[in-house]
Amino acid sequence: MSIDLKTVKHISKLSKISIDDQKAKKLEKDLNSIFKWIEQLNQLNTDKVEPLTSIAEATLRFRKDQIISKNIRDDVLKNSPKDNKDYFVVPKVIE
Amino acid sequence: MTNLIDLTLNELVIKIKSKEISSKDITSVYIERSKSSKKLNTYIEETFDDALKNSEKFDAKPNFDKKLAGIPFAVKDLFCTKNVRTTASSKILENFVPTYESTVTQNLWDAGAILLGKLNCDEFAMGSSNETSFFGNVINPIDDNLVPGGSSGGSASALAAKLTPATIGTDTGGSIRQPASFTGTVGLKPTYGCCSRYGIVAFASSLDQAGPMTRDVKDCSLLLEVISSFDPKDSTSVDFKRPNYSLNLNKNIKGKKIGIPKEYRVDGMPSEIEKLWEKGKEFLKDCGAEIIDISLPHTNYALPTYYIVAPAEASSNLARYDGVKYGFRAEGENLIDMYEKTRSQGFGDEVKRRIMIGTYVLSSGYYDAYYLKAQKVRKLIKNDFDEAFNKVDAILTPSTPSSAFKIGEKTDDPISMYLNDIFTVPVNLAGLPGISIPAGLDKKGHPLGLQLIGKAFDEQGILDIAYSMEEKINFKLNTKDWWIK
Repeated sequence: MSIDLKTVKHISKLSKISIDDQKAKKLEKDLNSIFKWIEQLNQLNTDKVEPLTSIAEATLRFRKDQIISKNIRDDVLKNSPKDNKDYFVVPKVIE
Repeated sequence: MTNLIDLTLNELVIKIKSKEISSKDITSVYIERSKSSKKLNTYIEETFDDALKNSEKFDAKPNFDKKLAGIPFAVKDLFCTKNVRTTASSKILENFVPTYESTVTQNLWDAGAILLGKLNCDEFAMGSSNETSFFGNVINPIDDNLVPGGSSGGSASALAAKLTPATIGTDTGGSIRQPASFTGTVGLKPTYGCCSRYGIVAFASSLDQAGPMTRDVKDCSLLLEVISSFDPKDSTSVDFKRPNYSLNLNKNIKGKKIGIPKEYRVDGMPSEIEKLWEKGKEFLKDCGAEIIDISLPHTNYALPTYYIVAPAEASSNLARYDGVKYGFRAEGENLIDMYEKTRSQGFGDEVKRRIMIGTYVLSSGYYDAYYLKAQKVRKLIKNDFDEAFNKVDAILTPSTPSSAFKIGEKTDDPISMYLNDIFTVPVNLAGLPGISIPAGLDKKGHPLGLQLIGKAFDEQGILDIAYSMEEKINFKLNTKDWWIK
């Protein structure tokens, strides 16, 4: 199966990464060669194999439902490119 | 007198504890040497002034009970360090200054180590040559046109060039062991769950592990002991009693069964590597170990599996870089446009490629064909190891299919770059510990490594085997300081 230019642009939309036509063509070539290589997995019959979803076989731990970090608003906002002291600021979404 | 920079981590600790040298003495030596080694491009962030102050602070009130008492220490720039810029070698995190500390680096500072600076790596640890870094290539001290490997390339180069007594890296598919092999140093990827992932910039969460990179096996066991801890802040951290690896370290491997997997003999592998592998077997026999031929039948499928699983997890992990919460933002006409431009300008080509692979394999209609398929094959790969470890205590393989290559040699062909990790990736997929130790030089004089793979949580086992092999191999790294200005 091959990935066409339209699909590349669709993936770029889903990934929220804008690409120009030149980049899209390069990606089309790269992704096709990578997926052609990946498709050797289809040589294996895995119908009766359980997927490995986690390498750590233990079940997740429970913890107490309590707040550990308090008053860290300034810390949380510290690295934002734009904020107004209380909130992150983004381009206007609602008219 | 021996040059201070030639001392191993263990030797340095002894000298500081016996008050033969002060923390400031050794910290100054490493700072001076790092300053004159800019050509290697290993440091992204230098914290030399603070390091000096901290060493003075240590000397004024020394605590010699600590395992890394007063030791200067540079780390890969993938570990978040409180109030010290952490970039993951990406433009998108160019100005990111964490307000918290990773657990693994906190363990270092708690043990008395002093931060020298942050070391270059591939962008978001995605690469095998350190050529994807926003901050430029790192040079291998072995030769000025060679890559140091990746993604922990800055760490490996700084270690081999003696700009830090030891260091730590992260390993998702070989990012500690492959650069260790390329630079003639020791690198260990611990069992998944051994070292906390808290505060490490995430790449592929089911594969990422931090680990020690050192000049010898003894240093490696000491450093593992310091960084490995149970951490409630990492839900996959495993609560087990960590052994005292360095105290337990011994060369008695008599009767140990070592597996040699036939599938690791790949086409086009230089005969030198084959010979080195044979020599490794002989050394093990000399030490009283038993060599057993084994099969890991799904080895060939490990890399394609990895290139579904790792990008899938990466595409999800890297969704957080949206120009809102961290550093870099590109202006856009609206919110979506801002996201798309920020990510387009903030990520490098390899990272974008992997995000797009990951997005595609997780997208509607393709999930079963790719992601689910990969998880099933991952299970088969893990089963191979489980079966092998019914018969053997550890597995010996080459670390890499070649020695260090030239800068630019593989950048145009992603798959040939990915093939570098053919011997290391299966270990991550199965969550096992693996160590690369220097085993010799090829005819060009470039280092080659051998890898030992152990049972889950049997770091001690592979450290002991590596320790006894190290003595037999007697590898000497002979770089001539050509880069020093």
